[in-house]
Amino acid sequence: MLVFSILSLALMAIDQLSDIFDSARSGLAVLVYPIVMVADYPNKASEALGDVFDSRSVLQEDNLRLESELLILKVKTQKMSQLAAENARLRALLHASAKLQDKVLVAEMVGVDPDPRRHEVILDKGADQKVFVGQPVLDAQGLIGQVIEVNPLTSRVLLLSDQSHFVPVQVVRSNLRLIARGTGTSRQLEVNHVQETADIREGDLLVSSGMGGRFPVGYPVGTIKNIEFKPGKSFAVVTALPSGLLDRSRHVLLVFVEDNILIRGEASGG
Amino acid sequence: MVEGSGRGGWVIFVTFAIAMLLAVVSLPDSLPRELGHLRPQWIELVLIYWVIALPHRVGIVVAWTIGILMDVLLGSLLGQHGLAFIIVTYISSSLYQRLRMFAVWQQSLIVFAIIGLSLLINFWIENIVGLAEWSLWYLLPAIVSALLWPWIFLCLRFSRRFFHVA
Repeated sequence: MLVFSILSLALMAIDQLSDIFDSARSGLAVLVYPIVMVADYPNKASEALGDVFDSRSVLQEDNLRLESELLILKVKTQKMSQLAAENARLRALLHASAKLQDKVLVAEMVGVDPDPRRHEVILDKGADQKVFVGQPVLDAQGLIGQVIEVNPLTSRVLLLSDQSHFVPVQVVRSNLRLIARGTGTSRQLEVNHVQETADIREGDLLVSSGMGGRFPVGYPVGTIKNIEFKPGKSFAVVTALPSGLLDRSRHVLLVFVEDNILIRGEASGG
Repeated sequence: MVEGSGRGGWVIFVTFAIAMLLAVVSLPDSLPRELGHLRPQWIELVLIYWVIALPHRVGIVVAWTIGILMDVLLGSLLGQHGLAFIIVTYISSSLYQRLRMFAVWQQSLIVFAIIGLSLLINFWIENIVGLAEWSLWYLLPAIVSALLWPWIFLCLRFSRRFFHVA
């Protein structure tokens, strides 16, 4: 009893202060991988069941909607390629480095932390697919979090909405740089340290600012929902609605930021 | 006695596996996350039952091993659930003769106290690391677990007798 208690305390202390247990943890994670998979089964099954029992008309509607969406997106990309060429030309004029497209990997959510206070999810891609700690995670609408733990077959993602998560953001309209913090609820972020004179309005789009070097520049984070100035307080209380569907997306994208790839390429080349 | 003491180990293993599964199974996305507060402490319930029923088979070592696996599964500090499960095991193994005599509702009260304590230990550790803020929600799983105890007890006793686990 005493031996194991002391062992637990020692393990916790070492685990908190250093990362020497990370390999042991990933080994054990492979051992409990079947549990993660089976635990996700109800969600998968309900999804599959939905697919089977979708009626013909619903499928036809879906098909029509998707086709029109595809058309719109295609038109947009036509414009994009022209803009990208123009952007590259202007960047060349400014002698700035050319900006490549970020590479992405599609992953599926296979688990959600059972503790509702912790906003963490498990993805079905891991170290085997070159996922790394600190990697940004997106869904179709915007940024949703970052990888905090990588195992051979799975990885753990901390969502933007977790109370311990901060993301450096920028207001698109005014280029004002701010920090957005998770509040512990999925549909709300809190923007810290907004001064009364700051150029910020309701409805402003926040994108990642790239400060701190963890998240790439320019991915949508949220829109300002509410600004409240309290007399006597030095900062306003500002809340934002996250762009990504933090509690709804099952398919997400892991981003390989170009710099990272370059650094890795150089490292392996040299 | 020595020969018989190895029987039906797989039943214990399977019940723990099911408990671990129930502890991490994700709720449908359509339900609000806050329902997660109602999740009972499945593993502690199963652990308490086996410690009371077969104290010579399920003890500190089993509890600690499962605790470490849970830490990996939940991404908590290695040893956090280990410690909580050890303490649950220690208390129930030192009370097992008395607990066997109790009526089921009296056992429920003890289960409430034991699981409440383990939740407090978990909270305490998370608080030291700086992950948690106190709220009374923390104790809700203990109440749910205590209410669920009679059914768990009956199910596990049935499976123990049915498969002759000794």
